[in-house]
Amino acid sequence: MRPLRAFLLRFTGLFPNARRERALADEIEGHLQMHIDDNLRSGMTPEQARRDAVLKLGGVEPTKEAYRERSTIPILENLLQDVRFAIRQLRKNPGFTTTAVLMLALGMCASVSIFAFVDAALIKPLPYKNPARLVGVFEISGKCPQCPLSYPDYLDWKKLNEVFSSLEVYQHHSAILATPRGAQPAHSARVSDGFFHTLGITPMLGRDFRPGEDLLSAPRTILLSYAAWQTRYGGKRDVLGKTVVLDGNPNVIIGVLPENFHFAPAEPAEFWTTLHPSGGCDLNRYCHDLFGIARLKDGMSIQTALAGMKSIAKQLEKEYPSNRGQGANVIPLTEVIVGNIRPILLVLLGGAVLLLLIASVNVASLLLVRSEGRRREVAVRNALGASRARLIGQFVTEGLVLVVTGSALGLFAAEWVMQLLAGLIPADMMAGMPYLEGLGFNPRVLAFAGIIALMAAVLFAATPALRLPLSEMRTGLTEGSRGSAGNAWRRLGSKLVAVELATAMVLLVGAGLLGKSLYRLLRVDLGFQPDRLIVLDLAAQHASYPKDEQAVALNREILNHIAILPGVTSVATTAVLPVSFNGDTDWIRFVGHPYNGEHNEVLEREVSASYFRTLGAKLVRGRYFTDADDLSKPRVVIINQTLAKRYYPGEDPIGKKIGDGDLSPKSIRQIVGVVEDFREGPLDAAIWPAEYLPFNQNPDTYCALVVRTPQTGQSFFHTLTAAIHQIDSGIVTSAPVAMDDRIHDSPSAYLHRSSAWLVGGFAALALLLGVIGLYGVIAYSVSQRTREIGVRMALGAEPGAVYRLILKEAGWLTAIGIVIGLMCSVAAATLMRGLLFGTPPWDAPTLAAVAAVLAISALLASYIPARRAASVNPVEALRAE
Amino acid sequence: MNDKADVWQGTLALMVLKTIETLGPLHGYGIGRRIEQTSGNLLSLNYGTLYPALLKLEQEGSIASEWGVSENNRKAKFYKLTRAGRKQLEKEARNWEQATAIVGRFLSPSKDPV
Repeated sequence: MRPLRAFLLRFTGLFPNARRERALADEIEGHLQMHIDDNLRSGMTPEQARRDAVLKLGGVEPTKEAYRERSTIPILENLLQDVRFAIRQLRKNPGFTTTAVLMLALGMCASVSIFAFVDAALIKPLPYKNPARLVGVFEISGKCPQCPLSYPDYLDWKKLNEVFSSLEVYQHHSAILATPRGAQPAHSARVSDGFFHTLGITPMLGRDFRPGEDLLSAPRTILLSYAAWQTRYGGKRDVLGKTVVLDGNPNVIIGVLPENFHFAPAEPAEFWTTLHPSGGCDLNRYCHDLFGIARLKDGMSIQTALAGMKSIAKQLEKEYPSNRGQGANVIPLTEVIVGNIRPILLVLLGGAVLLLLIASVNVASLLLVRSEGRRREVAVRNALGASRARLIGQFVTEGLVLVVTGSALGLFAAEWVMQLLAGLIPADMMAGMPYLEGLGFNPRVLAFAGIIALMAAVLFAATPALRLPLSEMRTGLTEGSRGSAGNAWRRLGSKLVAVELATAMVLLVGAGLLGKSLYRLLRVDLGFQPDRLIVLDLAAQHASYPKDEQAVALNREILNHIAILPGVTSVATTAVLPVSFNGDTDWIRFVGHPYNGEHNEVLEREVSASYFRTLGAKLVRGRYFTDADDLSKPRVVIINQTLAKRYYPGEDPIGKKIGDGDLSPKSIRQIVGVVEDFREGPLDAAIWPAEYLPFNQNPDTYCALVVRTPQTGQSFFHTLTAAIHQIDSGIVTSAPVAMDDRIHDSPSAYLHRSSAWLVGGFAALALLLGVIGLYGVIAYSVSQRTREIGVRMALGAEPGAVYRLILKEAGWLTAIGIVIGLMCSVAAATLMRGLLFGTPPWDAPTLAAVAAVLAISALLASYIPARRAASVNPVEALRAE
Repeated sequence: MNDKADVWQGTLALMVLKTIETLGPLHGYGIGRRIEQTSGNLLSLNYGTLYPALLKLEQEGSIASEWGVSENNRKAKFYKLTRAGRKQLEKEARNWEQATAIVGRFLSPSKDPV
């Protein structure tokens, strides 16, 4: 307690205090006076008395100094002095200081901003109880490692498994919500009863689902997301017991989920209902639409769990023909949620860190140049008695001041950049990445920033301090005046520049490859004409059109209604829009082909007769559907070329028949046409075999509308939705969007574009910093060699020879940088090859172009100092010393 | 002068505290004189060392100071013992006596039969 009190008092003593000084002077003066009085009384002369008193005190100034030392903390006092001196030094050199601080701030800002994203997505634990024990449970079939389960499979897995303490399922569901203003589309999720309990989530208001509440027999209950509670119910606590009508079914609100709850795979869900298995899909082992999550039993490893589930899947394969070729997969839940964006985030973080590296190296080499320029100052201070430790302390302090200023600036900028980057993410994608909410500074991000700052501080303190061997200090006075080029600096500084150029090369190559991937991706052959297409999703209440004939009639009416709108060239519907996903599949069997129960998995799309013509997809053989292909006619199907090539190699598929796994008579349909492949899945995914069924033979109450028209703009969009609502105001529609925009904003395009732009930005900055670094090195080298050049020219060297001399130096550094950079680039590109599309990591044109850009930039950067060298006046140069 | 002993490190604070306890509030000069007198002029005290020691004791809260006027009308800072200082003095005096007793036992011839 006592030492602490003393320390605090001494700490406040750090601040200059005139009153304390005066009090000290008074006290010492009083002391002397009393002593002198006594001495006089004992018979000394006044001079003797004063002299004796001062002598006995040990001198006035030494006493005051000892007192002051006790009243502050000497080490801190020195440090403060150093800091003041450092700030003075840095302010005397605004050019150097601004450059250094800005570079540091830039590197700091880039890496901290990206790290905040990495933290939010990959490091911050998911907001569930013990999230490391949660796993995603999927079926594996063919190419699909994370396939949904069928409801009967889920029940079997739940019953038979001995590896999970609980196994639950969820499914995202686009529902029709009845509101006072009419039907509205709403995002909801269906879950099994123990879903929230398994996650360890308790509702903030009301109760969780009870066991058995997900059965068809149970009354329908619903949980609200916090956001839905706030926006739709104004956050009122009396919502419990109220009714929400979804898809025509009334549900009783039993609770509200906590504010921080999110579950990315089912987001953005406002309403959470239970399964209530009914209808065609839920009771059918062939129909897979549920995703599993489970909590591992205590002590159970994920491998053991996987093995356990696989053996159950094997058992079911033997029991049910529907399950042939159907395996099981268990992966960590974090992998399910952030697995897709991890590689991109890591590449971006790598890019940001490389940028930081270049910036730091640049600042370090600037500091090195400065310390060379200050050799004489250092030598003088050393000669005047400054200890080596104190001199090094001075450089360390200067480095620290730079780092602190740069970091503070960088952190401020990072706060802004983070929000900017998050704002650039389209709302649809953001909804699928709820973990990014609350992005910003937290202890982990600050710790990361602190580590960076610490490493930078060590680097900046070490570089000049290492250059201060004591022996050289003595020669500094003489040698410094002779202005010989700092040889040690040239050795170290030039190496640093090669490192910078190599790093810039890596970033440039990364940006080049990602840019080329994006270019390839956006120019991928779609197989249809995306321009002048407007699309929207629509869904009608199933209760209003319970019979197939009614759904067909509705579809016809919609098509006819839209077709007569002014400017509409053609219109069609499909179950799933192209460039969406490789899902919604069907397992088919070919009449007349041998069959061993294998899964022939193909995409299944129910389309209207005019679909292919409207899209501009080309017919290869056979015919298109007609409006007459309806329930009264034999069933027909059109296949794509991939399906034809895979399952009918060397055969003409027209007239052949396909059916379901059992070849049940009502599933048999005849192939009437083959269309050229067009892209159903994401731009960067392979083309899957696909079958197209006529809507009129496979009707439903929801579909996507595809309108070919030269018109765009809000007024047409409004006309379009108004025309649909005129038919039935209970139909809900999504906002119409141009197909081009939809493809442009599709997740695969967005991810490629954002990574290409960000890494491109890093690369541009890196190139700039690298070139500035090279310019600095060459310019400094020229300034140090002015005398040498003067002598050469006086001895008859042509300006051309001087150019060669300087450019050779720059050329070597650049060449070394480029060679190292090439090797590192290929290594780095190989690491991120998962993000490349249609571009190999060793793509020669990109590598060559980047090397050329770097070489030309480097040449330009060194041309300016070279010209200055060549224009040296030998007489001036020699006289200047 | 040579036979005068210097003040040992760490004992000055104890002497200062004891002096203030005995004489009541006192200024720095008075404390110095008193210490020399008490030692029978055997100690040679550099008065300058008193002031940092007094500051340290004050920072630690053992003594408090206030301005006053000396017996012969000189402005001086008077130091007085605080309650914490009194406790510290007792503790340090006890420690010191114990230490000297132990050392004394080593130095005085042993009366115990071997």
